[in-house]
Amino acid sequence: MSPDAVTWLALLAASAVVLAIKLVGHLVPEHWLAEPRVARTASLVTVALLAALVGVQTLTTGSHLVLDARFPALVVAAAALALRAPFIVVVAAAAATAAVLRAVAG
Amino acid sequence: MSRPRPAGRVRAGRAASLTRVRSSDHDDDGVRTAVRQSLSVAVATGLYGISFGALAVAAGLDVAQTMALSLLMFSGGSQFAFIGVLGAGGSGGAAVATAGLLGARNALYGIQMAPLLGAHGWRRPLAAHVTIDESTAVGTAGRTPGAVRAGFWWTGVGVFVLWNAFTLAGALLGEALGDPRTYGLDAAAPAAFLALVWPRLVGATARATALAAVVVALALTPVVPAGIPVLAAAVVAIVIGWTRPDAALATPVGAPERTEP
Repeated sequence: MSPDAVTWLALLAASAVVLAIKLVGHLVPEHWLAEPRVARTASLVTVALLAALVGVQTLTTGSHLVLDARFPALVVAAAALALRAPFIVVVAAAAATAAVLRAVAG
Repeated sequence: MSRPRPAGRVRAGRAASLTRVRSSDHDDDGVRTAVRQSLSVAVATGLYGISFGALAVAAGLDVAQTMALSLLMFSGGSQFAFIGVLGAGGSGGAAVATAGLLGARNALYGIQMAPLLGAHGWRRPLAAHVTIDESTAVGTAGRTPGAVRAGFWWTGVGVFVLWNAFTLAGALLGEALGDPRTYGLDAAAPAAFLALVWPRLVGATARATALAAVVVALALTPVVPAGIPVLAAAVVAIVIGWTRPDAALATPVGAPERTEP
């Protein structure tokens, strides 16, 4: 199978899974998913996945740990978030920081 | 967008208001407020569809695949995670698993919204598809049944339309830009994830979980295939969430966050 076909297959499967999860919430009776432990775990899974994605996408390339312009860019993003900047500003500030650092470093 | 009230706190009041006459002046005001709120949330959220579109193309997807994600998956965290895992060289299976796990909270939103919406027939799958952080937040902020329904549907449909329009704009822009590294787009992706997790880092348990997730994911990166380190971080969260029933979480459970569609 070509890489393109794999991507299509994966994105259709993932979209089906995400929609099925939404439907489950609308269709199942409230009691078991409303159990505090389930809700707490689901909330922590979201935190863990997003945090891991931040770490992996900032500090790795392939299977190597790498420290490059992405790290200072992330620090700038964190500062923007601390100042309550909107999402688009946070993302743009990080991109601009990395781009400028790379341009300066040649 | 402000942090919404957890649904549990407003549920009692809503049960009483369900008996109110729908066309009362009070409800009309509530509906107008909800629609206004919906539109501003839809514009703010839709706008950062630009960054998703551009990042998806930078991760190696074409414009059609990028649009398919925004149209069919329509859940920002899951979409960003999907392209993140694929872009880092992860397998399709790892991308599907990560996107699915990040979409798990939508089930909790559905549980909150279903009894308030009373949707039947073809409206039900439609309501499920637009059940996201923002529509749940604006919906549950409504104080009357009419305001709840108006807030949910206007926000859900509004974000859907604008998120897709701006995804297309971002994808076309990303295609025109060329090498994403020159513009720092590879740094924009983790910044987007940081912005998504930021409002959830409330309380010691959430912060400890985030830290453990980063350490585990980085430690595993050199030794396991791409995509697996992020999934391993989810296992960490499941262990912490399941074995510490008394863990004090300051974040209201299932509360929608600030920025994510």
